[in-house]
Amino acid sequence: MIYPYIPHTDADRRAMLKAIGVESIDELFSGLGADLLLEDSIPISHGRTEDEVQRMINSIAQRNVRGIPFLGCGCYDHITPATVKALSSLPSFVTAYTPYQAEMSQGLLQAIYEFQSMICEITGLDVANASLYDGANAAVEAASLMLAAKRKSRVVLVSETIHPFALKVLTTWALGTEHTITLVPQQGGIADFEVLPSLLSDEVAGLIVQTPNCYGLLEDYTGIADLLHANGSLLAISADPLSLAIQKSQAEWGADIAIGDTQALGLPLAFGGPSCGYMAVRQALLRRMPGRVVGATVDKEGRRGYTLTFQAREQHIKRERATSNICSNQALAALMTTIHLSSLGWGGMVEAAEQSYAKAHYLAYHLAQLPGVTLVWDKPFWCEFPLVFNDAKKMRKFLQELRNEGIFAGVRLSSLTRKNSDELVLLVAVTEKRSREELELYLAAARRVLK
Amino acid sequence: MSEPLLIDLSKSGRKAYCYPPLDLPRGFEQALPDLPIELQRQKAARLPEVAELDVVRHFTRLSSLVHGVDNGMYPLGSCTMKYNPKLGEHIAAMEEFTQIHPLQDISTVQGCLSVMYNLLEDLSSITGMSWGTLQPCAGAHGEYTGLKMIRSYFLKRGETERTKVLIPVSAHGTNPASASVVGFEVVEVKSNKEGLVDIDDLASKLDHTVAALMLTNPNTLGLFEKDIIKISEMVHKAGGLLYYDGANMNAIMGMATPGDMGFDVIHLNLHKTFSTPHGGGGPGSGPVMVNDRLRPFLPKPDIELTDSGYVYRWDDEDSIGKVSMFWGNFLVVLRAYVYILRMGSEGIKAASRHAVLNANYLAAKLGQRISIPYGKLCMHEFVASASVLKEQYGVTAQDVAKALIDEGYHPPTVYFPHLVDEALMFEPTESESVESLDRFVEAFFRILDMAEDDPETLKEAPHRTPVGRLDEVRAVKEPDVRY
Repeated sequence: MIYPYIPHTDADRRAMLKAIGVESIDELFSGLGADLLLEDSIPISHGRTEDEVQRMINSIAQRNVRGIPFLGCGCYDHITPATVKALSSLPSFVTAYTPYQAEMSQGLLQAIYEFQSMICEITGLDVANASLYDGANAAVEAASLMLAAKRKSRVVLVSETIHPFALKVLTTWALGTEHTITLVPQQGGIADFEVLPSLLSDEVAGLIVQTPNCYGLLEDYTGIADLLHANGSLLAISADPLSLAIQKSQAEWGADIAIGDTQALGLPLAFGGPSCGYMAVRQALLRRMPGRVVGATVDKEGRRGYTLTFQAREQHIKRERATSNICSNQALAALMTTIHLSSLGWGGMVEAAEQSYAKAHYLAYHLAQLPGVTLVWDKPFWCEFPLVFNDAKKMRKFLQELRNEGIFAGVRLSSLTRKNSDELVLLVAVTEKRSREELELYLAAARRVLK
Repeated sequence: MSEPLLIDLSKSGRKAYCYPPLDLPRGFEQALPDLPIELQRQKAARLPEVAELDVVRHFTRLSSLVHGVDNGMYPLGSCTMKYNPKLGEHIAAMEEFTQIHPLQDISTVQGCLSVMYNLLEDLSSITGMSWGTLQPCAGAHGEYTGLKMIRSYFLKRGETERTKVLIPVSAHGTNPASASVVGFEVVEVKSNKEGLVDIDDLASKLDHTVAALMLTNPNTLGLFEKDIIKISEMVHKAGGLLYYDGANMNAIMGMATPGDMGFDVIHLNLHKTFSTPHGGGGPGSGPVMVNDRLRPFLPKPDIELTDSGYVYRWDDEDSIGKVSMFWGNFLVVLRAYVYILRMGSEGIKAASRHAVLNANYLAAKLGQRISIPYGKLCMHEFVASASVLKEQYGVTAQDVAKALIDEGYHPPTVYFPHLVDEALMFEPTESESVESLDRFVEAFFRILDMAEDDPETLKEAPHRTPVGRLDEVRAVKEPDVRY
């Protein structure tokens, strides 16, 4: 019998069993004991040929419907150069393990070094790691880092305006531990820092905020870092890295930790994953940073080379005393971001960010003229904005009718927060990829529904 | 042969990419205000300014300095570096999947949900568990998720005193690290002379403060814990739960299930057992599968099949919540589903049978000249010791590993598990042919000959790589972690 991806012939099996000194493959499993050995085959389908699998997948794929996405909330449809897919698909990149053996992994290690460098440049902070699972898990790691950096702390302040799913992930992390998450409330669509001084205490390890926030609005952190530092606490700012081409970087706000997700930099929508979390910190926090770090050094002959470094922080050395349990990260996704940024350069990043800004404002401006919807808060935004309907039925009709025309008009905030109070809020995202024609299509359909 | 940093090839004004011109009405563009000045970025970031061909050559050269499964045998123990079928790559690149947004209306993502739902069904069958979640992005992330569920389970029952997790010394480093992240105290369980869990030591540590025992079975020595049913009875009798680290699941698929062994929760590594590529360290996927006892605690949202199609379920009160931003590493999940479709029930079983056959064959051959201290037969992997080489010639496991690089092989896992001195942990996987294994054995024996004849040269290996052994002390003392 021929099994897929298994090269053994009958003769091979016989010769190998003989070399081992057993009669059958079953004998190799005799240690499992009769109680555990399965008598029947596992109840999944029989194998298929490549062609059969492809046909089956094609029919499954047809049940996905594509549209023109004006959807964001942490996952955006940006233009990606063809180099990203082509180069990140090179087989040795795809099929390598974590580069523990530096001498045969120099290419991978150097690419990670370049990734770390670019994240440092974009965030303005001193050192970055090789990636984390996603933006939400980067927030979890930031919270852990803060707590570890301040003795006897147990509270992490988190803005109510971070992504609702990131907040859920943080809540799960705190569940059943000594750590407490205290929310900084929002006022008018942005974090309300008026109350911040009253929330600070010796127990507060730090504050996590996000800009653009969960409504797409940009927040002003003037004076916040000083306030936290005076309390011996740290500031972590989560940001879509593409937005940092035009808005203040984490370092420019005085943050200690920069976090977020690089999905906007070269990664496809992919039903939400893989994306790629990033983290950069001040030099002083390097030894507390979670995850892998690549460093440059030399060999005996003085040749420059790259290696995993500061491994004494990590789980395979420190076990229960490690800074994090992370092992596998999102290396190939980080590589895609590195290739994307290598192709764009800073000029390309700024252009993508500025075009997204202009196009989002164009759509927002014209939607705001229509009856039944408002741009509720008059706050600066970048590529995503909240459109508030005055009637839930109208909103459903709006989404349905635009979907019928092939337009995915936005994300219902209530689908993220599960709160009735958010029922009327639609988050609309516009990137540089949306053409003028697509914008006009959206507006024409909106005018028809909302007239 | 070294490759400069791309930033060092930069030339001001050179571009690898351009955007279509902004074509909004001129009046709008002119009237559009800038961001408020206090929100504007001041300092430009230094990114490469190069041409497209520069980018292509740079990353193509870098890729030539990397060894993957596609380049050659990769017998890295506990990592299951099997062949990653091209069909999976092809399907994961289909725009019908890559261009789907995670928050699209549910009626438009039925294809993605069907992949996830059907994969969960298949994984339930393969592991003998009730149901699971695909949210965790990696093995360690799965451990975290499973342990969170255990924590919630005991909190719900009011058993707040269960704060300890028992972990054998031979366990993967992520086990204690994950337990610690979740807030458990880690207690080590000793191994006996055979390399298995020391039952007496386990018994002495089981009490009302123990939440769970984390176990890898077969363990990291490649040995099956033959007393597993007894162990599971002991743990359950003491009121604890049993956690299965699925890193070594490639040994038993279709032959036995963790469910039958008595495990309450397990994580799988789709990037090991189910053939999705490791990508140089990720993205992986670490599904967590549970029995009925823990099912209510699974992360949200669950996927349910109703008359009107697949829907999300958000209303489980006992759920631990969310562990990932969206639904997990979907494109990895998709590749694993393709693998299972292709292999089927018989193929999955054959994979494990041949993985075990290959490991035993390699152990039999290598065992002629190097000590394999534990076990007569092994499962999918085995651990040899270079301690004799070290005594006789001063040649360490690390030296042997580096010499294998010169032979064109990725070395086995070294210095793990800690039970074995100068450990070399081999996992050939089912992908390698007998000829491929024989060639590896020949290379390995050449290295053993060299240890005898010319140990000094061996200690300087590798010699044929772009760089030799790197000064790791300097990397820490003089950190150079960015350009």
